[in-house]
Amino acid sequence: MACIEARGLRKAFGTTIAVDGINLRVEEGRILGLIGPNGAGKTTALNAILGLTPYQGELKVLGRDPWTERDQLMRDACFVADVAVLPRWMRVWQALDYFTGVHPRFDRAKAEGFLAKTTIRLASKVRELSKGMVAQLHLALVMAIDAKLLVLDEPTLGLDILYRKQFYDSLLNDYFDRSRTIVLTTHQVEEIQDVLTDVMFINRGRIVFDCSMEEFESRYLEVMVNPEQVAAAQALKPIHERQVFGRSILLFDRVERQQLAALGDVRTPSIADLFVAVLSNQSGAAQGGTR
Amino acid sequence: MSTPSNNVPGSPLESQVTAPAVITASRRMYWSVRRELWEHRSIYIVPLAAAVVVLLAFLTALTVSPTHRHEPLDIPYEFAAALIMGAGFIVGIFYSLDALYGERRDRSILFWKSLPVSDLTTVLSKFAIPLVILPLLTFAIAVVTQFVMLLLSSAVLPGSGLSVETLGARVSFFHISLMLLYHILTVHGLWYAPIYGWLLLVSAWAPRAPFIWAFLPPFVIWGVEKIAFRTSRFLGALQYRLIGPEPSTTTARSGNMMEMMSALTPMQFFSTPGLWVGLAVAAIFLAAAVRLRRYREPI
Repeated sequence: MACIEARGLRKAFGTTIAVDGINLRVEEGRILGLIGPNGAGKTTALNAILGLTPYQGELKVLGRDPWTERDQLMRDACFVADVAVLPRWMRVWQALDYFTGVHPRFDRAKAEGFLAKTTIRLASKVRELSKGMVAQLHLALVMAIDAKLLVLDEPTLGLDILYRKQFYDSLLNDYFDRSRTIVLTTHQVEEIQDVLTDVMFINRGRIVFDCSMEEFESRYLEVMVNPEQVAAAQALKPIHERQVFGRSILLFDRVERQQLAALGDVRTPSIADLFVAVLSNQSGAAQGGTR
Repeated sequence: MSTPSNNVPGSPLESQVTAPAVITASRRMYWSVRRELWEHRSIYIVPLAAAVVVLLAFLTALTVSPTHRHEPLDIPYEFAAALIMGAGFIVGIFYSLDALYGERRDRSILFWKSLPVSDLTTVLSKFAIPLVILPLLTFAIAVVTQFVMLLLSSAVLPGSGLSVETLGARVSFFHISLMLLYHILTVHGLWYAPIYGWLLLVSAWAPRAPFIWAFLPPFVIWGVEKIAFRTSRFLGALQYRLIGPEPSTTTARSGNMMEMMSALTPMQFFSTPGLWVGLAVAAIFLAAAVRLRRYREPI
């Protein structure tokens, strides 16, 4: 059974179509990054998956209909919507008590263990904590839940780089194993490139690119081309071209590394660069990296 | 890879990880109500403050104007209970209006919805505050207050020749407490249920300013009815709801509202159609609030 399975998932707000017929299949044990510009429909799609918003089309999350079975789904799934949703009046011990009281898969000792590594005191109120500490607290609570699916929507928004780094480190080292699935969105694409196993680009409510990171690394290469060889490089049909300090950087899809090495320095592109390439091709012809 | 294979055999955590704790519906309800008490401390602070004010005023009366000592003492006792209950009622109104609105305003609804607690449990736990928790709490506070008043007056009164026994007989402390409990549970709990149901519904729905949305529609209906049909049936229905069912036989000694309502026997009270109509309306409001909460997002 796939962890998330969607067919023709659609959601409109009045005349605005936020999600336009998405087909999606996320297998167990993957870490999927959902990348898209603002207003692309990422959050709407995630909200549908979490049972926070009604939708059209077929959607099964861990075998359940999220809209009608949200409370049962939340026994096996959990999410961090963004950093600012922890109730500000709550004290840390109250959060621990409450989670222990209502969540069958919450392990209090584990959460206290995570918190012991931070400077967060049990008697503190959320409003007294810094933004980074609130994120740490939320992550400690969520990681102490033995869930099958974790959804993170901009989990590190507004955090400084130290906290962001820590956040993903503890997620990978202390939480993730092959039996769990993580879906996350973020604007800081570079920071999650090494974290992901799969990447998906979403634009104007549609999935425009979908690929595993292994495939990504074997398919896409970026070459900083020497000026005299630009014409030769362009003959190999790059999917994108940009200028940096007067030199051309060309992005290729499925072109042999040896062939490109003759033209200049070859490296694996960043997700962000491929994202720009795919989206700028999108607005023109329907080609590019789309499968 | 399954979870159990990742565990060290014999690890103390193993049983917790492999077999998730069974959490009953009543346990979820209990923790949901506790969470409301954590968040809204006014639920007990306001009635307690009212009790303190009552006690201070009573103490002042005992020390400053000793001439009043020989007047019947049950009136200040009832007044004290009424004041504390009134404070509880007001807290109930403001609590209900904020209960499902506040969580949307501060975006914490996203946090609560990330937990395995259904919208039904959430709304019912919030409804339980004005319906059950506040009445019982105000009752306890009122009884303790009255008891302290009794102690205070018996500490002062022996000097003026009255024994504690005669005072106890006059005030009939136990009787008053029972009447109070009956009144609180029937009127503040059951009879006012549709009022709290309406406030919760508005709180779940209102895009902003739930206070205005709660009180403007009744006002408009009253005005329209008055102008269009020259009648005041709606206003009458509201008054009936606020004041309560009147006893068929006038047994009330004084004009005291609590006396009047407590004068209804349980038989009379539970055979009042208004009670059941009110409870049915409350159930409809609650069902709508539960459904609305599922659709609600932060504002």
